[in-house]
Amino acid sequence: MSRRIVHAACALLALGGGMATAIAGPAGHAASPAANQIEIRNFMFTPKTLTVPVGAKVTWINRDEEPHTVVSANGQFAPSRALDSNDRYETRFSKPGTYTYYCTVHPFMTGTVVVK
Amino acid sequence: MQDKHDNEHDGGGAGRRDFLKCMAWAGAGTLLMMKGGVLHARTLGATAGAEAKDATFSFAQVSDSHIGFHLAPNPDPASTLRAALAQVDALPVRPDFLLHTGDLTHLSRPDQFAAVAGIMQESRAGKGKVFYVPGEHDVIGDQGAEFFRRFGERQQPGGWYSFDHRGVHFVGLVNVLGLKAGGLGFLGAEQLAWLKKDLAPLSAETPVLVFAHMPMWSLYPAWGWGTDDSLEAMGYLRRFGSVSVLNGHIHQIQQKVEGNITFHTARSTAYPQPAPGQGPAPGPLKGVTPDRLRSYLGIRSVRHVQGRDALAVTEEAMA
Repeated sequence: MSRRIVHAACALLALGGGMATAIAGPAGHAASPAANQIEIRNFMFTPKTLTVPVGAKVTWINRDEEPHTVVSANGQFAPSRALDSNDRYETRFSKPGTYTYYCTVHPFMTGTVVVK
Repeated sequence: MQDKHDNEHDGGGAGRRDFLKCMAWAGAGTLLMMKGGVLHARTLGATAGAEAKDATFSFAQVSDSHIGFHLAPNPDPASTLRAALAQVDALPVRPDFLLHTGDLTHLSRPDQFAAVAGIMQESRAGKGKVFYVPGEHDVIGDQGAEFFRRFGERQQPGGWYSFDHRGVHFVGLVNVLGLKAGGLGFLGAEQLAWLKKDLAPLSAETPVLVFAHMPMWSLYPAWGWGTDDSLEAMGYLRRFGSVSVLNGHIHQIQQKVEGNITFHTARSTAYPQPAPGQGPAPGPLKGVTPDRLRSYLGIRSVRHVQGRDALAVTEEAMA
């Protein structure tokens, strides 16, 4: 619930602030670590689709005992290494678009980042 | 009972030739074999001499050692891999070779591969000939480069291979590379073309044994337990009178018979996973207590009796 509010706040800030990169810093700082965060739990990316403003940094965190990876389905962003339990991976999205990604270890696990 | 596996089936449903009689036995020392429709029970030790005369041979399979895993229910998979290899070394009949059907490591890290190599060298079976195929945990980040450097057979550029051993044709397949988003295990056109060519000169009487990491049938696709293009491979194998397919990946014993093709998945030497669909996701069964862990782990040995139409598959739990 609080994550949704944070996302909404980010979106509002992004809409009002204009410069997405300027917003990403303070928003990330002021908000909880859940901002623009995708949890990997029970072999699922949650949320499965995350919408972020241009310039946002997205963080994945692996909450499973199994390793997972975060890899763009068509090479649009740098792949993560193997994420062990509680490992994180971060990447910044500087261009608008729809980024489909998956776990190469368990390819039935897919997710999408929408950058607006 | 989790530490025993009782199963008996006849894989020779199609046609009159019963090339494949496949049995699994329960309890150390007893071997059950179906011959001419009659069930025979013998101890492995008592048959050792007769087997030699019959030119029988056996091999063993270990799988999913996951060196580098460090959480419940098994923070020390090195010790359980050692225990599995000790089980192989203690078999009453010395296996001709060992198969490791993948997920040697947990994270494909060079130090984890080095640890596996070291542990294998500590056992008689591991020092002998071992045929490896990679699991998806062995190819993370480098497309299997480190795996193939240390453990590859270097027969084909893609890492797959075949060999003949005392009348049986063995095929090691790689179904954990080039996986597509949303997909399952994958063989690919190049490997399938090779397989077709590899099998072409063999007579239908040749027993064929295929091994790969991921299940070669749709065992439970929602958890990724299957191979997208395995049906094409099965198309090339269907003409043979006896085909056995050995896999790992799911850390438990599952079997399926399809005509003359029999599929077996193996136990892990590291940790069990839930039965298909039991719970929200696959992954280690965290709740297994230390005193129960080894009842979920183990090895498999397979005996082939030439000219006797018999293949005996033996599952042996660690405890």
